[in-house]
Amino acid sequence: MTSTIKPRDASELRQAVEWALNDGTTLDVRGQGSKIGLGKPMNCDQVLDLSGISGIVDYAPEELVVTLRAGTPMRDVEALLAQRNQMLAFEPPDLGPLLGREAGQGTLVGAVMGNLAGPRRLSAGAARDHLLGFSGVNGRGESFKSGGKVMKNVTGYDLSKLLAGSWGTLAVLDQVSVKVLPAPDQTRTLLLLGLDEAAAVRAMCAALGSPHEVSGAAHLPGKTALRLEGVAPSVEARLKALRELLADSGAKMAELGTLESRVFWREVRDVAPLKAAPEAVIWKISCPPTEGPAIVARLKVQRPGVEAFYDWSGGLIWLALPPSADADHAIVRGALGAKGGHATLMRAPQAVRAAVPVFQPQPAALAALASRVKESFDPKRLFNPGRMG
Amino acid sequence: MQMPPLDPAILARRGDIVAALRAIVPGEGVIDDLEGMRPYECDALSAYRQMPLVVVLPETVAQVSAILRYCQDNKVKVVPRGAGTSLSGGSMPVGDAILLGLGKFNRVLEIDYANRCARVQPGVTNLGVTKAVEHEGFYYAPDPSSQIACSIGGNVAENSGGVHCLKYGLTTNNLLGIELVLMTGEVVRLGGKHLDSEGYDLLGVMTGSEGLLGVVTEVTVRLLRKPATARAVLLGFPTEAAAADCVAAVIASGIIPAGMEMMDKDAVKCAEAYVGAGYPLDAEGLLIVELDGPPVEVDYLVERVAEIAKGRGATTVRVSNDEQERVLFWAGRKAAFPAVGQITPDYMCLDGSVPRGRLVEVLAEMREMSKQHRLRVVNVFHAGDGNLHPLILFDANDPDELRRAEEFGADILRLCVRVGGVLTGEHGVGIEKRDLMGVQFTEIDLDQQMRLKCAFDPDHLLNPGKVFPQLRRCAELGRVVVHHNKLPFPDIPRF
Ligand SMILES: Cc1cc2nc3c(=O)[nH]c(=O)nc-3n(C[C@H](O)[C@H](O)[C@H](O)COP(=O)(O)OP(=O)(O)OC[C@H]3O[C@@H](n4cnc5c(N)ncnc54)[C@H](O)[C@@H]3O)c2cc1C
Repeated sequence: MTSTIKPRDASELRQAVEWALNDGTTLDVRGQGSKIGLGKPMNCDQVLDLSGISGIVDYAPEELVVTLRAGTPMRDVEALLAQRNQMLAFEPPDLGPLLGREAGQGTLVGAVMGNLAGPRRLSAGAARDHLLGFSGVNGRGESFKSGGKVMKNVTGYDLSKLLAGSWGTLAVLDQVSVKVLPAPDQTRTLLLLGLDEAAAVRAMCAALGSPHEVSGAAHLPGKTALRLEGVAPSVEARLKALRELLADSGAKMAELGTLESRVFWREVRDVAPLKAAPEAVIWKISCPPTEGPAIVARLKVQRPGVEAFYDWSGGLIWLALPPSADADHAIVRGALGAKGGHATLMRAPQAVRAAVPVFQPQPAALAALASRVKESFDPKRLFNPGRMG
Repeated sequence: MQMPPLDPAILARRGDIVAALRAIVPGEGVIDDLEGMRPYECDALSAYRQMPLVVVLPETVAQVSAILRYCQDNKVKVVPRGAGTSLSGGSMPVGDAILLGLGKFNRVLEIDYANRCARVQPGVTNLGVTKAVEHEGFYYAPDPSSQIACSIGGNVAENSGGVHCLKYGLTTNNLLGIELVLMTGEVVRLGGKHLDSEGYDLLGVMTGSEGLLGVVTEVTVRLLRKPATARAVLLGFPTEAAAADCVAAVIASGIIPAGMEMMDKDAVKCAEAYVGAGYPLDAEGLLIVELDGPPVEVDYLVERVAEIAKGRGATTVRVSNDEQERVLFWAGRKAAFPAVGQITPDYMCLDGSVPRGRLVEVLAEMREMSKQHRLRVVNVFHAGDGNLHPLILFDANDPDELRRAEEFGADILRLCVRVGGVLTGEHGVGIEKRDLMGVQFTEIDLDQQMRLKCAFDPDHLLNPGKVFPQLRRCAELGRVVVHHNKLPFPDIPRF
């Protein structure tokens, strides 16, 4: 059993890292550990548990900013914002159930570290677009900060972007400031029924290319969903306009009201539509939206059993494949084609994740650059070593 | 403003360097005569100027790659340059450095409406992107006031914003990918037409890196469909404080306007004299609030904004009734800088960013400082996101005024940091705010940023003398100090 060290504040955190540096101890950095199954398995000397550094530091609804400590549970943040009718616009998914864990776990900083985002990624951006600033400790045991609490800031490099999506491999954060936005009054969904994948992606792209401010575009087998949010008269008008725009798709149409919409999009967000068996392997592909159906078609030739659904207008594909020793990584990545994109292995047994690249391998020059970037923060490779392999 | 001392060894090798560049870029792409280099001697921070060693204007990625590889091998410094509209001295030449201009990279390479993106070369102007797609009803959202002139490459390097970034984000929120040439000459692609990165978000790091990390040779931008309607509301207030209060109240009510700009009385007067936008001359603070979306939504929000403004004592409330009037409302704002330029020999445009809730006190304190420094200040700014643009009026030919203007500017920026804001919201650090970085950052903060620079440019050859008050050698920054034999800290809980 590896032991755990649990600092209670930023200063103890810094001391803990300094000690690890001096001792050459590698650290498995965790919030609540809700995403342990994500990334390359690691073999660290010690767990660094951040759940003791928790709590809201400052919430200024009129500034659209919340500042909180790294271990603050996502649940608490969402509840706090809901009281003031605000939200995290990037719609962070709860991947607990997908990973075979309980729902409602995890920290906001954990979601930021994975640069996670839900259906609203399309219009509102990902976690990277909402992290305004942070403080933390680098792999030299030094406390440093970047960014701030203001909306616009180009003072120095934008390290917030770099830290978002770094899976805890660059620095250990103790505090973040995150942008929040007003929650929409209403949410309604237009459903197009019976479209095949190609027609669905065409319809979604047409909807997003319209002025009707679509904030979610997903395609599940037999069902294509377009989300509209905002004040009631606006949603009503846009829904009507969207129906007219898509009339010649030939699809039968239906609608979901606010409550049903919330449930539906939460399910899409949390990857619930994949009805895959618990032992199925799950992949996530990011690609140019119009390429989605062709990628899945190429895959189906080789793995007829693949199950897929699309979010982000076709630009995000969730895949379930039957279990295999190599998670079919060569086949999945081979299906991407030449138009760009990347595939991440989101769920597979530890032994499989240890054997294949979980994140998309990069060309040599880029991989070397990324490695130098890692060293510029964490020269002794103390934090989550190898997790992004 | 101190620039690093010129390296006599490089100056002595100028002939060789010019010859080497000519071997890479044939014909008129290398400019080494004084007359020809003159247009490049400064950017829009024109109080500071310096002649470059030589100007090179490559046309292909292979040429950019060869130039950088040559510079890396021969330890020659390079200053990348787009359109030269930087307000922070970001593209100001350095006397012992090559000025690498990207003006010839001016083609739109691909427009992909279905995936809502365009692939363009970095020398394409910001407005050029919108021009290329507007006939299909699309546009590129970030709209700096300099959009007719500034280049997309420069926008990436500065992470530029505009009046509409309140709702639509800055450059960094509107990019999908770039192609980048490193100092080694290696060409890497970050992102593409898809969202998010497969590894570290180096696209995010490059955006706003002020030409210090690599040379951008291609940019994939996100396109947006033009909103169905847009209307602007002109709000005049009897005090600056009331105007600033209204800004906070609108946001607090849950409305995010497409843009929310503020002008003080002097700015209004200048703009009115310059373009005749019909601004109320009696207002101490003027707001222009733009709302966009479907007509029903815009009408609804216009109504609510007007109500909020009246509740804060607005003396003028005018809503644009057609597109022509909307454009007119904006014309004064868009021309505000040149308009102010009419009443002063020179002005210095600052760019601090503060929490919206502190606007009132910051504006008041700035007035006090104006008295102390005996220089006028005019304010035209992105109020919605707390991004100030105080314009300090002075005469650069009077050395004492220039010195006072610099001091006044520094005091304003210190004030911004003191109230929880930052030195620059969209114009970049460049040389202008370089020596103030220590006000916002500790030495450790800056060392960490410099180490990141070392990962891209280990010999500090790219855009030297910018952003960092003091460059430390990468070898020195890379050293890790380990203190052995220290006891593990006994009081931290462990189990
Ligand atoms: C009147 C006026 C109004 C302005 N209004 C705004 C505004 O509203 N909002 C705003 O944000 N800014 C504004 N600016 C500032 C300026 O226009 C922006 O910073 C713009 O993005 C600079 O673009 P440029 O092409 O002129 O870049 P340059 O000035 O040529 O260069 C700027 C920086 O980018 C680097 N660079 C340029 N091209 C590349 C490349 N291809 N690869 C790597 N590095 C590169 C340079 O080294 C330099 O550090 C304004 C400027 C003026 C003069």
